[in-house]
Amino acid sequence: MRYVDEYRDSHIAKGILADIRRSVTRPWTIMEVCGGQTHTLIRQGIDQLLPPEVEMVHGPGCPVCVTPLSIIDRAVSIAKRPDAILCSFGDMLRVPGSSEDLFMARAAGGDVRVVYSPLDALEVARANPDRTVVFFAVGFETTAPANAMAVRQAKLQGVENFTLLVAHVLVPPAMLAILAAPGNRVQAFLAPGHVCTIMGWTEYEPITESFHVPIVVTGFEPLDLLEGIHMTVRQLEEGRAEVENQYVRSVVREGNAAAMRVVAEVFEPCDRAWRGLGPIPNSGLRLTEAYRAHDAELRFPEVVAEVPESEVCIAGMVLQGRAKPHDCPAFGTECTPERPLGAPMVSTEGACAAYFLAGRRREAVSS
Amino acid sequence: MTTPDAPALACPVPLPPGESVLLGHGSGGKLTADLIRSVFVPAFGDGELARLGDAAVVEVEGVRLAFTTDGFVVTPRFFPGSDIGALSVNGTVNDLAMMGATPLFLSAGLILEEGLPMEDLRRVVASMAEACRKAGVRLVTGDTKVVERGGADGLYVTTAGLGVVPDGVDVGPERAQPGDAVLVSGPIGSHGVAVMSRRAGIEFDGALHSDTAPLTGLAHAMITAGDLHTMRDATRGGVASVLNEIAEASGVGITTDESAFPILDPVRAACEMLGLDPLYVANEGVCVAVVAGADAGAVLAAARADPMGSAAAMVGTVEEGRGVRVRTDLGGSRPLVMLAGDQLPRIC
Repeated sequence: MRYVDEYRDSHIAKGILADIRRSVTRPWTIMEVCGGQTHTLIRQGIDQLLPPEVEMVHGPGCPVCVTPLSIIDRAVSIAKRPDAILCSFGDMLRVPGSSEDLFMARAAGGDVRVVYSPLDALEVARANPDRTVVFFAVGFETTAPANAMAVRQAKLQGVENFTLLVAHVLVPPAMLAILAAPGNRVQAFLAPGHVCTIMGWTEYEPITESFHVPIVVTGFEPLDLLEGIHMTVRQLEEGRAEVENQYVRSVVREGNAAAMRVVAEVFEPCDRAWRGLGPIPNSGLRLTEAYRAHDAELRFPEVVAEVPESEVCIAGMVLQGRAKPHDCPAFGTECTPERPLGAPMVSTEGACAAYFLAGRRREAVSS
Repeated sequence: MTTPDAPALACPVPLPPGESVLLGHGSGGKLTADLIRSVFVPAFGDGELARLGDAAVVEVEGVRLAFTTDGFVVTPRFFPGSDIGALSVNGTVNDLAMMGATPLFLSAGLILEEGLPMEDLRRVVASMAEACRKAGVRLVTGDTKVVERGGADGLYVTTAGLGVVPDGVDVGPERAQPGDAVLVSGPIGSHGVAVMSRRAGIEFDGALHSDTAPLTGLAHAMITAGDLHTMRDATRGGVASVLNEIAEASGVGITTDESAFPILDPVRAACEMLGLDPLYVANEGVCVAVVAGADAGAVLAAARADPMGSAAAMVGTVEEGRGVRVRTDLGGSRPLVMLAGDQLPRIC
């Protein structure tokens, strides 16, 4: 298939792997920030093919994993209201809240619908003027423009019953939090190619300077990842710390100006708690004053009790790259994709689920 | 890291399936298998039921009868390439064919929702009749019920089928053995993606069609061509789930090559876009066959000579061990596990 097979060519892959082996002289720890990158690395077995000096650790870039419990509980409680319709991307439905997930809310009579675009949810709102439609706006900078556009259209067209439950998070503040945390092991990043398609990479330049870490904007296909890893290893070996762009077919330094404009019009930065990482200043988005009327949290201000995360589930350590999924005592035993204890086991992008589905077990890895 | 006691795992988020039926229980994945094993099989305690084949094979006065039933609730009821009517006939015909049987008679039970357009009903019934004609089976008995508006989604169809297993044919889910070859009869994922694209309102240049079709002729040709041990209709849960069921029922391991599976380009493209793995997407006219290694070439040639099997391919081998693995193009490998429930489209 054109535009896909070119980036999965096994002969080229073997060549880049050989280049990486030639370049590396000592151990390095590299974090791939995005869950989509984790998915490809594990699914294709790329981490098994890398030289032992290159250790990949998995970052917090899985929206399903980092959406805080309190927002999921709020989504579940809204979904159960007869006057509301909750629309969401599919993989949020199985993310456990403190006592229920959205599938259970649906089994209990809640109107929960899977959509493929926020504009589909806007259509649902038009078709159901007597009920409030809540679109669960999760994700990073990548999904923010489409969500912003949907709210903007709702306001322009007077679709007052369309609202967003906003759980957007931003990548650079999370990278800063990881680098600043005591015990940090991350020496370089593969930055998320799709986030950078929207935002460009100017935000990452101060991070390379302050922390002297290489950052390579990287795509999601096997050859993208191998090339990104090779560029990162070369920077590390040469003592450079710059932002480089592997994903040239999609990303430019200044990003997508039109997308950034609509995001800036509809959303503003706010403090946000991350599941597994805790609160990070200015790491989330909320609706600006002009669009506040479409905020589901204001429309349904019911109090949701704050439930603390487990002290046993090590999701936080996994999302910071300080532990591997199979370091968790519950991994693959008490915690499986059918019965997830923590969010990274839910989505196929989650590091724990990726490890589980790829058959990485403690005994297999420690050998 | 020390391992805490199980009760110390006081995580606030363990959500087992609980005391309600979830949609995932009908996905054909692990939740479905758990439901069958924990509720249905123990209730009846019947050895043939516990065999969990596509159809039961029972002997009556020296004649081996294949007998099966299937319910059809697909939304939308008309989708690119087919509809719920043809599906309800082909699904049951194929379940019989997978046991090596010649399908003969069908029954149909229709549950209709008050207000269903008569035109839709006529269209579905005409489609069923056409499918029966193509498959060479007779629909000889039926039942109709109407429920109040809201009590069903338009119409549901249940069919049952009866066939005869010819002498000398012995095909069953537990017969795969090390050294066997694994074949698939055609391009995978087409039906599931066609239905999903219509449900999601996603258009792919009209290039996606359901593959629903009777597999009787193909199955017969393959069984005649060599020592065929196991055949499964790769419906819900896709090829991956069926391979797991075969591996488990036969107590063997299966290794497959990811690049060997035939997949149409539009299906691949749709799966890439939706974040789905085609190995888990439903089919309605594709079977997985396990064949004695020495006969693999002959059976593959026979499959390719049949119009339903022209894209048939050898995708893997049966080995000692357990579980299913898939080798990736890059040289890595991963287990192909049974999914808990339905695949969920990813966020980004």
